[in-house]
Amino acid sequence: MPESGRGAKASQAWRTLLQREDVRELLIPVVAVALALVLGAVLVMVGGKSPAAAYSALVRGAFGGIGNVAETLINITPLIFTGLSVAFSFRCGLFNIGAEGQLIMGQIIAAWAGFALTGLPAVVHMPLALLAGVAAGAIWGAVPGYLKARLGVHEVINTIMMNYIALYLSHYLVIGPLKAPGPLPVTPTIAPAARLWRFLPPTRLHLGVLLAVAAVWLVYYILFRTTLGYEIRAVGQNQEAARYGGISVRKNIVLAMVISGGLAGAAGAVQVLGLQHKFLDIFSFTGYGFDGIAVALLGRNHPLGVLAGACLFGTLARGAILMQSIARIPKEIIGIVQATIVLVVAADEIIRRFIAPRRKAAAATATTAAAASEVPAGGAEGGADHGA
Amino acid sequence: MSRKTTWIVVVAVVVVLAAVYVAVRGLPTAKKAEEAPQAMKAGMVTDIGGLGDQSFNDAAYRGLQKAKDELGAEINVVESKKMDDYEPNLRSLADQKYDITWAIGFLMTDALNNVAPQYPDLKFGIIDSVVEQPNVASVTFKEEEGSYLLGIIAATMTKTGTVGFVGGMDVPVIEKFEAGYVAGVRTVNPDVKVLIGYTGKFDDPAKGKEVALAQFGQGADIVFHASGACGIGVIEAAKEKGEGFWAMGVDSCQHHLAPDNVLSCMMKRVDVAVYDATSKVKDGTFEATHYVYGLKEDGVGPCDETSKHVPQEVLDKVNAYKEKIVAGELVIPSTRAELETFTAPAL
Repeated sequence: MPESGRGAKASQAWRTLLQREDVRELLIPVVAVALALVLGAVLVMVGGKSPAAAYSALVRGAFGGIGNVAETLINITPLIFTGLSVAFSFRCGLFNIGAEGQLIMGQIIAAWAGFALTGLPAVVHMPLALLAGVAAGAIWGAVPGYLKARLGVHEVINTIMMNYIALYLSHYLVIGPLKAPGPLPVTPTIAPAARLWRFLPPTRLHLGVLLAVAAVWLVYYILFRTTLGYEIRAVGQNQEAARYGGISVRKNIVLAMVISGGLAGAAGAVQVLGLQHKFLDIFSFTGYGFDGIAVALLGRNHPLGVLAGACLFGTLARGAILMQSIARIPKEIIGIVQATIVLVVAADEIIRRFIAPRRKAAAATATTAAAASEVPAGGAEGGADHGA
Repeated sequence: MSRKTTWIVVVAVVVVLAAVYVAVRGLPTAKKAEEAPQAMKAGMVTDIGGLGDQSFNDAAYRGLQKAKDELGAEINVVESKKMDDYEPNLRSLADQKYDITWAIGFLMTDALNNVAPQYPDLKFGIIDSVVEQPNVASVTFKEEEGSYLLGIIAATMTKTGTVGFVGGMDVPVIEKFEAGYVAGVRTVNPDVKVLIGYTGKFDDPAKGKEVALAQFGQGADIVFHASGACGIGVIEAAKEKGEGFWAMGVDSCQHHLAPDNVLSCMMKRVDVAVYDATSKVKDGTFEATHYVYGLKEDGVGPCDETSKHVPQEVLDKVNAYKEKIVAGELVIPSTRAELETFTAPAL
C-alpha cells in the first residue's frame, strides 16, 4: 500500500501547511472571492443572463488590451490610497470612516493649488499641488483625531460628520469662490505644470499609480521600521500597556489620524491632478473612501494586503463597466460581489472554523481578545513582523 | 479537520480557476456576437442618478426605447457609479461602434469633450449642456418657461397662500426651475409666499421627503420639486399628508406615483429630444448643433394629467401666458438675478 502511504503523507503536509497562521490568513480572502463569484454567477443566471458572458466581459473590460489595463490601474490607484488610509488608522485602533471627506478636501484643495498658482515649473507645481491636497486631507483627519485624543469623542461619529462638512463645503466652494466662469459648477482647469504625467498616451494612465505603489512602501516603512510606527501599533493593540510603557497615547492618536487623512487626501489630489484636471461638483460621495474600508479589511490592514485588495476591487469596478455595456449585466451585480467578499472576510471566523475546526477553542479566544482590544484583524501583522 | 478543510480549499481553488477559464474562453464567442449583422445602435450613459429616478434619466431612456420601437435600433444603457466613470463609460459604447451615444446630464460635459474627438466617425449627444464638437448634438431646455406655468398653477390653486420649491443641488440648471417658478407665482399674486429648499443631492428620496414635510409644516400646500430622485420623496410626503396637499413633479409625468396628490408635472421632454436626434442619425440628417427646447418647441410644459385636478379656468389662464411666451412677448427669468428685475405682466 505505498500509494495510500504517500497520500497520507501529502495530506499530512497539507495539514501542516493549513495550520500556519499566515497561510490561513491568505486563504480567507481567496475563499471569500470564490464564494462571491459563485453568488454573482447565480444571480446573473437568475436574471436570465449567462454568467460566462458576464465574467468574460468583466475580464475583457479589465485586462483586454492596453487601454483597458490602463483604466483598471486608474481604478486601483485611489483605492490603494484610501485603503492605506483606513488600514493605518486601524493600526492605531481607530476607525477612520472619514477617508471619503478627507479625499474630497484633497480634491478641491489640490484643484485650487493647481489653477490658482501659475508660472511655476512642473517640478515645483505638481508636488506642491499634491502636497496641498495631502495637507488638506491631513487637517481633515487631524480634527477628529484631536477631538478623540483630547476629549475622547468617538472618531467614528466625528469622521462621518466631517464627511458631510467636506461634501457641502466643496459644493459651496465650487459654485462660489472657486467657480470657473460659465454655467457649470466646476473649478477652472489646473495649469499643465500641475498635472501628473500621463506616461502611456493615449490612455489616461498617469504617475499617480506609481505614487500609490510608493505610498504602499512608505506606509510599510513607517509602520514596521520606525519608532513612530511602533508606537502607533502599540497604542492600537493596548492603550494602557502603551501608556505604561511611556508612549503618549494622545500624540499617537492625533498623528495616526493626520497620516491617515493625508493618505486619503493624496487619493483625492491624485484623482484631480492626474485624471480630471479640475474639480467638478460631486453630488454625492465618490465611494473611494468607503471602498477603502473594505480594501483595508480585505488586506488585513497590511500595506501589501491593501495593495492586493485594491487591485481586486479596482478590477471589479473597471470590469463592471463592460459587464454593463457588453453583457448588459446591471452594475449592482458587482456591488453584490464586492459586498459578499467584505461580508465573508469580516466574518472570517466562519471560514476559520471550517479550515481549522480543531483549534476552535483557540480561535474563539482569539476573537474575544481581538474584540476587546478593538483592533480589527490585529493578528494580521504577525506574519509581516516575522518576515521583516 | 483535514478532509473538510481540504474540500473547502479545493472547491475554492477550482471555482476561481473555473471562473478565469470560462472568462478567457468566453472571449471568441463574445466577439462573434458583435460581428453579427446589426441594426442601428443607440446608447446612453446616465449620470450618477441612474435609471429608476422616475424623472430625468428615465425620460432619456424612454426616448431610446422609442428609437428601438420605431427605428428598430439596438439600444443600451450604461449607468455611472461615480464621476471618474463618465469617460470610460462613454468610450465603452463608442468602442462597440454605437452610432450615437448620449451623455445624459451636464456633469458629463468634460468627459464628452474629451471622448468625442477620438471617435470622429460616430455621433454623440448631450443633454443640458453644450459641447462644441463637430460630431456632438447639444440639447438644452428652457426649464424656466415650463416652471413659470407651474408657478401660475400653484399660486392660483393655493389655499394657504404659501407654496414650496424643493431643488436638488443649487446648480444653474436647477436655478432655472426656481427662477421661472417664482416668477410665475409672483405674476399671479405677489403676496403668495414661496418657501425654497434644497436637498443638496439628486439621489436621495428620504432627503426630499424631509425637506417637503418641513415646507408643508410651514404652511405650504403645494410643493414643486426639481430634484431628480429626491422628488420621489417629495411626492411621498404629499401623499402622506393626504387630501389638500399637493406635490408637483418634474421631467417625467409623475402622476402615477400618487394620483390624488400630484397636481401637475413640469415635463421636460428629454425623451423627445433624444428620439429626434437619434432618428436624424438614422436618416442621415444629423446636425452637430445646439437644440433648444422651450414651450414653443413643446419641449417643456405641464403634463397632460394636469387637467385631472386643475380646473379649466386655471388652465385657460395658463394657456394665455403660454401663448405670450411662445409669441416672444414674455421672457421668463432663468436666474435669480434676472428674477429681481422681472416685472409681472398683465394679461
